[in-house]
Amino acid sequence: MPFIPHSETDVREMLAAIGSQNVEELFDEIPASLRMGKLSGVPEGLIEQDIARLMMQRAEDDGRPLCFMGAGSYDHHIPAAVWEITTRGEFYSAYTPYQAEASQGTLQLIYEYQTMMTELTGLDVSNASLYDGASGLAEAVLMAVRANRKSKSRRILVPTTVDPRYRQTTHTIVNNQQIELVEVPYCPEGGNTLAAALKQYEGEDIAALVIQHPNFFGILEEVDMLTDWAHAQGALVIGVANPVSMALLKPPGAWGTKGADIACGEGQPLGVPMMGGGPYFGYMCCKKEYVRQMPGRIVGRTIDRDERVGYTLTLQAREQHIRRSKATSNICTNQGLLVTAATIHMSLLGAEGLKRVAQACHANTRKLVAALTVSECVEPVFNRPYFHEAALRFSLPLDSVVRPLHAHNILPGYALAQDYPELGDCLLVCATETRSDADIERYAGHLGRVIQTQTAAGCPVKPKMA
Amino acid sequence: MLIFEQSHTGRRALAQAPMQSADTSDIPDSMLRTDEPGLPSTSEMQVVRHYTRLSQKNFSIDTQFYPLGSCTMKYNPRACNTLAMLPGFLARHPLAPASMGQGFLACMYDLQEILKEVTGMQAVTLTPMAGAQGEFAGVAMIRAYHDANGDTGRTEILVPDAAHGTNPATAVMCGYKVHEIPTDAQGDVDVAALKLAIGPQTAGIMLTNPSTLGVFERRIEEIAALIHEAGGLLYYDGANLNAILGKVRPGDMGFDVIHMNLHKTFSTPHGGGGPGAGPVGVSKRLEPFMPVPVVGYDGDEYYWITEAVRPQSIGRLSAFMGNAGVLMRAYIYARMLGSEGMHRVADYATLNANYLMARLKEAGFDVAFPGRRATHEFIITLKRQQKELGITAMDFAKRLLDYNFHAPTTYFPMLVPECLLIEPTETETREELDAFVAAMVRIQEEAENSPELLKEAPHTQPVRRLDEVRAAKQLDLAWSGPAD
Repeated sequence: MPFIPHSETDVREMLAAIGSQNVEELFDEIPASLRMGKLSGVPEGLIEQDIARLMMQRAEDDGRPLCFMGAGSYDHHIPAAVWEITTRGEFYSAYTPYQAEASQGTLQLIYEYQTMMTELTGLDVSNASLYDGASGLAEAVLMAVRANRKSKSRRILVPTTVDPRYRQTTHTIVNNQQIELVEVPYCPEGGNTLAAALKQYEGEDIAALVIQHPNFFGILEEVDMLTDWAHAQGALVIGVANPVSMALLKPPGAWGTKGADIACGEGQPLGVPMMGGGPYFGYMCCKKEYVRQMPGRIVGRTIDRDERVGYTLTLQAREQHIRRSKATSNICTNQGLLVTAATIHMSLLGAEGLKRVAQACHANTRKLVAALTVSECVEPVFNRPYFHEAALRFSLPLDSVVRPLHAHNILPGYALAQDYPELGDCLLVCATETRSDADIERYAGHLGRVIQTQTAAGCPVKPKMA
Repeated sequence: MLIFEQSHTGRRALAQAPMQSADTSDIPDSMLRTDEPGLPSTSEMQVVRHYTRLSQKNFSIDTQFYPLGSCTMKYNPRACNTLAMLPGFLARHPLAPASMGQGFLACMYDLQEILKEVTGMQAVTLTPMAGAQGEFAGVAMIRAYHDANGDTGRTEILVPDAAHGTNPATAVMCGYKVHEIPTDAQGDVDVAALKLAIGPQTAGIMLTNPSTLGVFERRIEEIAALIHEAGGLLYYDGANLNAILGKVRPGDMGFDVIHMNLHKTFSTPHGGGGPGAGPVGVSKRLEPFMPVPVVGYDGDEYYWITEAVRPQSIGRLSAFMGNAGVLMRAYIYARMLGSEGMHRVADYATLNANYLMARLKEAGFDVAFPGRRATHEFIITLKRQQKELGITAMDFAKRLLDYNFHAPTTYFPMLVPECLLIEPTETETREELDAFVAAMVRIQEEAENSPELLKEAPHTQPVRRLDEVRAAKQLDLAWSGPAD
């Protein structure tokens, strides 16, 4: 019996202690009419070596393509020590640190994590994490509506340069709470939020403006101008930022005159493998005046009876297990294990290491863009500065390019048309620090041959725009 | 000592980042960061040693008996971790086409099928990232269903007073008012009160069965009929699914939508408070409203079912497809158990709980519902000890730490005064349960003879009881450098 330690003697003696004839009797409070038969749809159990064979086969089937895709999940180097330590049983198999004295390891680690995130974002406080970047934005929107006491509206401006999946998730989660998410278009040339489109909201009651920087296209937003504009309207600013970018770029806390009020985003680039999309973690930081409106767990430093320093969950009066229907969110867990990985990751890299990673990613993406746009048929979509990710327009049908590259086990990028119909035949590409010059050449080389084949086959090629 | 206090300017783990700074001259200066974030400057060995030592300050399933009620702290098989972290799975970009992830998608599809079978539901979506998000998805679907029927007068969700706090919080997030239903003396939902509460305003009910009181809701069929007759739907909180796995299915009890906590019943790690995974199963009528994406299979290839195919879907709940790596671990666990193994989970979880309850009762402890069977967990109340000796459930819990046992859940459910909610799970040996009983007996003796031992407990942990009032009043949430 896998994972069940009982011998027949154990069972007999335990039943005797209970005063029951058999185990079946222990279920006699369940109405007989409801009892089920055999689980015929579940396969027979496998011993470890057999499940290992199956899983190794399936993992191999997936082929580990050479990845030039970003769009919210990034293929970074993760030091070996990160997951070696993270999967130690004492971290891996512990639960929420409700018994603080017996959970000082996890609690101190979260306190260190909170410190690192405030340093990175330039804001005052951090929570212990949320599920992922997308649901984190939804929580930030709900938080902004609560926190902005001056605003009576439940209206949030969300530029279309914000990750489309984040916008969809936010819509799902806030949909039933009378919150209005208003789209702001982007500049077709620059790929940044269209400042002129904000004019119409001047003087109106807006609860918050969301700014993703770098935005979904990799484009750097005019964060200072946007932040100051929002504050002038009495709106809060929610900054969505890639944590690796913050080692190099001005962080949300330093945007504009007063800084963003809330920062949130995807923590995956900090030591979490791409892993098919999760588990990742969402980080959230804010200015200290809003801490009581923040959702999720928060760890505080305090002292014990002997005045020794210790750590504990705090401000729990915000949370569902105390406040029930009046809680700031229904959220119960954080993503403890991923935060463990991220904290170790940030400790190993330090500020200088993280900055070099950011620089290397950016330099590699520039090399990639240069190598791919050598072709007459490929050009950048936008003309503004970007960070570590760029949109490219192909002058031949994207599908005819992408499929052959898949066949060469290359993941060439993310097709933007699925979210932005006006960006047909446009691909969002990214080369992290883990892509070598040879990797970039391999992509460019295959692309060149694919384009040659396509054009020779009479595939229509639009001339490159001047 | 904090990692920051071990930091030394100029020190770095040199193997872990590119050797040289790369050119970023195309980024305007005004966009660049001018200060350096205060991350630690430490060597690789310092980091490894620091976090290894921190880990040793934790209780965990791998090191201690952890009978935390309602949390199902069972053994997390190591194979689940090792195999879920095979390089081919870790390297999968979430937006890679389905054709380049057939192995991964096959696992997800198989898991959906297994969960359908064990819950008796019509369809399953894996995307919710935790129990609370599963709850949200469930109630949002109930709302979407009523809205699609033009049935907009249903403004209320019924929630028993014993429910997890996430239930009422979720109902509010979905725009509902919460109507609490009392519990009767035997721990069942008060059906008379329920009848009075049901009306045209009822959108549905959120129920946990077995309830958080550690007993099976015996009148579930009657409750289901009452709610359905009134046009409402039933939501099943799967927090306690471990108690009934392979015995009775929520689908057969009449539930329309359920969530499962894979980090409980399917043994994925709790990770110090997450990640979880909260897949949702639905009946036929709610299938069109399921959150996306879902994995489909056409007999030849696995593919994503998206909003394009499911226009009535409540939408997306995460950037990608939820906590894929957690789902992978649950899948591996389910395959190792197989159908026989799954039937045994409830058997032995229930055997262990009833045994532990019988032994503690025999040792003189007061069981909260003495006339009832334990399910996979049960409650003892220390109301008597509190009255006679001034010893609280908290004192007992803290003293248990000194005996190297993690404390049971304390002060939940709130209905039972001075309660300990105890869940041993099926993976514990009888010897471990006996040792726990022996510790409880010793602590009871201490409570009578030297109560200060309990009042001052714990004595053996890295810290003693912490000043939580100070933590909340003098907020210190991030390190601001060495004290002057």
